[in-house]
Amino acid sequence: MLDLEVTDKLMISGHHFCSRLFTGTGKFANSELMTQSLSASASELVTMSLKRVDLDGQRDDILAPLLANNMKLLPNTSGAKTAQDAIFAAHLAREALATNWIKLEIHPDPKYLMPDPIETLKAAETLVKDGFVVLPYMHADPVLAKRLEEVGCQAVMPLGAPIGSNKGLVSQDFLQIIIEQANVPVIVDAGIGAPSHAAYAMELGADAVLINTAMAVSPDPVAMARAFAMAVESGRMAYLAGLGTVGSQAIATSPLTAFLD
Amino acid sequence: MNEFAQVMSRYDWHQVKESFESISELQVVAALRKSQQGLELSLSDFKVLISPAAAPYLEHMATLSQGFTQQRFGHTMQLFVPLYLSNMCSNICTYCGFSMENRIRRTTLTMAQIEQEALAIKAMGLDHILLVTGESERKVGMDYFEEALGVLSKHFSHISMEVQPLSTLEYARLAKLGVESILVYQETYHREKYAKYHLKGKKSDFDYRLATPDRVGQAGISKVGIGCLLGLEDWRTDAFFVAAQLDYLEQTYWQMRYSLSFPRLRPCEGGSEVNSPMSERELVQLICAYRLFNHQVELSLSTRESAVFRDNMLKLGVTTMSAGSKTQPGGYANADKSLEQFSIDDNRSVRQVASMITSKGYQVVWKDWQTGLNQY
Repeated sequence: MLDLEVTDKLMISGHHFCSRLFTGTGKFANSELMTQSLSASASELVTMSLKRVDLDGQRDDILAPLLANNMKLLPNTSGAKTAQDAIFAAHLAREALATNWIKLEIHPDPKYLMPDPIETLKAAETLVKDGFVVLPYMHADPVLAKRLEEVGCQAVMPLGAPIGSNKGLVSQDFLQIIIEQANVPVIVDAGIGAPSHAAYAMELGADAVLINTAMAVSPDPVAMARAFAMAVESGRMAYLAGLGTVGSQAIATSPLTAFLD
Repeated sequence: MNEFAQVMSRYDWHQVKESFESISELQVVAALRKSQQGLELSLSDFKVLISPAAAPYLEHMATLSQGFTQQRFGHTMQLFVPLYLSNMCSNICTYCGFSMENRIRRTTLTMAQIEQEALAIKAMGLDHILLVTGESERKVGMDYFEEALGVLSKHFSHISMEVQPLSTLEYARLAKLGVESILVYQETYHREKYAKYHLKGKKSDFDYRLATPDRVGQAGISKVGIGCLLGLEDWRTDAFFVAAQLDYLEQTYWQMRYSLSFPRLRPCEGGSEVNSPMSERELVQLICAYRLFNHQVELSLSTRESAVFRDNMLKLGVTTMSAGSKTQPGGYANADKSLEQFSIDDNRSVRQVASMITSKGYQVVWKDWQTGLNQY
């Protein structure tokens, strides 16, 4: 039997993760509920928006509990519309939060928050050179995934569906190509609305998923966090065990090649 | 003629106004079914939902509005406060306390006073401010704004402005100085009546004001807030034009963010009668309809409304609230009510409003911007 804890750790830039569920910090009703949910999710990597954090640290309802609970931080550049904006935000985050990990998010379109591929690639290239561990949020574009990998991103984060939409893996066919071709971990980010979506992403071979809205906006975020943790683990286990192929017809036992017998 | 004026010219005010009466319950049900599928509504659906025929479906609209708002914004409420810099004004507007012909004491804050106000506001815990002035271009113009922003940008992460309409170049200059958002309300989209409310001054130019959000967009400012003064003219017709302008702006300036406000006309110094009064129930209907029409737009509710109303609207679509507001210049550092633009209804302190928000299971967002973003 597979013992995921021992044999199947995810590694990004030399850092091992036991949990393949990454989480966000937005939209929770209060910081206690956020902390309890993150702890129920067993997540080891938590993203938060630099623009939401009070860098003076006098009163910060997001940062303080994360630091108190020893979570690994993944600051993100949400709010950036250009590569330069994102580079500025990444440097500020590194200085203020003492981590060189950055979730690169550049969405000039405020309505659907679609990532800008051109600016993202530009920023990723610079940030990698500047010594950052860059995890870019991107559309489910297989070529872009390879380009980001080539400039040195340590993982790619393609979307399942628009951020916060809970629509699940609408980009499934392209995610599969990305997963098939990737030499870096593939983290499905955005759009996952239910534990079943998360399990499915893992069954497809995603290395991890990032969940925020579906947890934070649930009437019971703590229970939902636990449900996601179980789903991610179960999906991963199924992927490793090897899923059967799907067919709608029985396979004929006296086929066209019977004459060879 | 600017482009939204062209869009507007396709509609006749009176026809739009009359069309609300003929909307049927069947149309309401169809619009709600569409919304239930998670789809944003069209402008004509929006019109259906603010019609009298939709009134019996208010509870249903509120449920949908709550769901869409929570999904997009989470259980959060952004707080901001207006900072009145000046009540000087060279316009005569029949409904406004700052109107030039009103005999009130006029004042414009000095930089030292602005610093005092900033410290008083910071002590209340707030980080997002809205700068408000009358419209007195000579005395309170770009040079003054530039100097004031120099003082304020040291203290606040997010600065919005509600001042006289400016030129594209001036907005571009404000963007460089760190202004993230411009609010400009058309007051009413009724061209002929607009002239009767705005008797004198630059504000009497309907088209220049109407094209202001375009100039803001062309200048690269992050966000623009629009709205109308509910109660001046038929509120449904005005709200319809607000929604039409939002639609137009989103299509044209796709990188910009938008907010809507829905100020109801209140009594003020020397003010006129409220022409087309709007009930609280109707205001709820409008707010929910805006949300079903646009899931992403920020909806902002001010202290003009009562504490009870605000407490209950918290969960029904609103995403941004002012708190602890003073509408007279200098009001945070010292309390002199004689200068105020209008009297507010929710007089609670920021701390009281914040604890109400928390008690309703929502998180107060104090900071949601980083100085330096959008500077490239």
